Amino acid sequence: MSEAIVELKGAVKEYVNGSLRVTAMRGIDLRIDRGEYAVIMGSSGSGKSTCLNILGCLDRLSTGTYLLGGDDVSNLTDDQLSEIRSKRLGFIFQSYNLIPQLNVLENIEVPLFYQGVPESEARKTAQQLAKRMGLSARLKHKPMELSGGQQQRVAIARSLVCDPILMLADEPTGNLDSKTGYEILELIDELHAEGKTIVMVTHDDDIAHRAQRVVTFRDGDIISNDWKGAPKV
Amino acid sequence: MSSMRPERMVKLAVKNLGQYKLRAGLTMLGIIFGVSSVVAMLSVGEGANQEIQEKIQRMGSQNILIKSVKVMNDEDSGANRNFIASYGLTYDDAADMARFVPNLESSTPIKRLSYNVQFKARRLQTDVVATVPWFLRVQNYRMVRGRFLTSADMDFGTPVCVIGTRLARTLFAGFDPIGQTLTIDRDAYTVVGIIGDIAQSELPPQNELWLEGENQTVYIPLRTYIQKRGDFFTQWSEGGGTFEKIELYELILSIDEQENVVRAVDAVRRVLQKNHKKEDYSIVVPLELIRQARETRRLFNIVLGAIAAISLIVGGIGIMNIMLATVSERTREIGIRRALGARRTDIVLQFLMETLILSISGGVIGLGVGALIPWVITKATDVQTVRTFSAFAVAFTVSVTVSVVFGIYPARRAAMMDPIDALRHE
Repeated sequence: MSEAIVELKGAVKEYVNGSLRVTAMRGIDLRIDRGEYAVIMGSSGSGKSTCLNILGCLDRLSTGTYLLGGDDVSNLTDDQLSEIRSKRLGFIFQSYNLIPQLNVLENIEVPLFYQGVPESEARKTAQQLAKRMGLSARLKHKPMELSGGQQQRVAIARSLVCDPILMLADEPTGNLDSKTGYEILELIDELHAEGKTIVMVTHDDDIAHRAQRVVTFRDGDIISNDWKGAPKV
Repeated sequence: MSSMRPERMVKLAVKNLGQYKLRAGLTMLGIIFGVSSVVAMLSVGEGANQEIQEKIQRMGSQNILIKSVKVMNDEDSGANRNFIASYGLTYDDAADMARFVPNLESSTPIKRLSYNVQFKARRLQTDVVATVPWFLRVQNYRMVRGRFLTSADMDFGTPVCVIGTRLARTLFAGFDPIGQTLTIDRDAYTVVGIIGDIAQSELPPQNELWLEGENQTVYIPLRTYIQKRGDFFTQWSEGGGTFEKIELYELILSIDEQENVVRAVDAVRRVLQKNHKKEDYSIVVPLELIRQARETRRLFNIVLGAIAAISLIVGGIGIMNIMLATVSERTREIGIRRALGARRTDIVLQFLMETLILSISGGVIGLGVGALIPWVITKATDVQTVRTFSAFAVAFTVSVTVSVVFGIYPARRAAMMDPIDALRHE
């Protein structure tokens, strides 16, 4: 039996918006195993973004449990969640979310910075990843000086820098033209092939076809959970 | 503690501040003004304090001055105008002081009169002080040339005089005064010495601290004067004249220690109240004047300090304002950093470090400017300034403290942001 990286059990997320009580997740059970490539789909307001935030330890469940790599993270403190984000998770965002005043290398190093990794070591790791992403010529460039595709490559390098057990991507090609988007998706496929566990949120059916599994949300519930192939590991 | 390394935090902060050079510069300007004004004000205050200390030394804080004062009595006016007016301190007073005032070290009797003095054809009206040899020591005068009055002068009533520097320059212009003959209202005196600065007996009447001016007085032995003129003083004016009998114009009592002065003053008051029906005397205690001056000084310092404190607080508010703007501009960056593993503490420290760097560099520049201002003040005006280490230390510490205090709120605000909201922020 393969190892569960993500395990949500009876996950409920409610929040109060003004006087309105909104239920974004209504008791969801979800299991994602090591090496899986899962896509989360759903219209806006379906609860998929909330689910991604929960998986990314940016938010906590109202009730239910979340096991990340076998550890219960449902009731951790803010500082503990920060540590998990820095050591076990990698984020890729639609709008890249690079820090504008930092250059490529420095951006890639940010998660290591918060782990207290020595500067020289961090630099070495960042250089390797940048090289792998084909950014060697741009190490000292600021994000503004890069194309969208290059920026997303920097973001992917940054998400890999701490060797995460789970990679979370929020519409990573949403801001890119189709050719560049395709390249990024190829890159993600590559990571998957290396055994990374990937959860991606997208609107795009074509993108969803690349994944082994498509989880569809509607009104805070999972309405379909289709397997398309067995996990590779 | 943060998992971040301090030197990297400093690097990061400098880099972040580099994004907003103009803004950081303007913020620092607030701190610079605050710190330099504190340093300048403390320097001016310290300068004034030292000036007072000098005055204490020159006035003789151990001295008590008693002066004769002419009181107009109803009976004395009008028809009785030409009668002799007798008032003021007497030789009996001086004797009683010597007996009843505790811790008395010396008693210096003085007659001070205004006369026409003449050298060759030159003539001017000036103060003539008839006194005793220890007058010099009691007044903290210094001899410029020659000698002061001696006990031999007192014993024999020698017709000698010592003159002030100004008189030496004006009346004796072109001559060496020593050995010349000076005529005081037809009596001839030989000049034996020239005396320096003005001191306490030349205090202006309003009891103000006063040191400026030059010495234009003629000093003669008391004995000589009494032998020649006695205790009567006649002055003719239009429509009549005044005949006055004043034994002593002034009496300077020197007390052994400063702390005994207050007790001695009480004794002096008792003696004078017993001996005099009218209050035809006044008591001036330099120590009290000094105390008053100190009190004024203290008040002045408080006002200066308050102004300086306000300027520092304004600087602090400036920092807070800038940091709030920076934090809200960098909301997204905060969200990104939080998502990538920064704890709240890391965010707080990041922004506090930026504040700290702003305030420390502003503070250092402020100290430099603050060191220049007192120098300029002293150059441009006569105001004495003294730069002390404590002034610099206080200004710097307070400014950094104020900045950090004002920087905490924006930093905390940044840290308390919800990372999800912060990431969504455009």
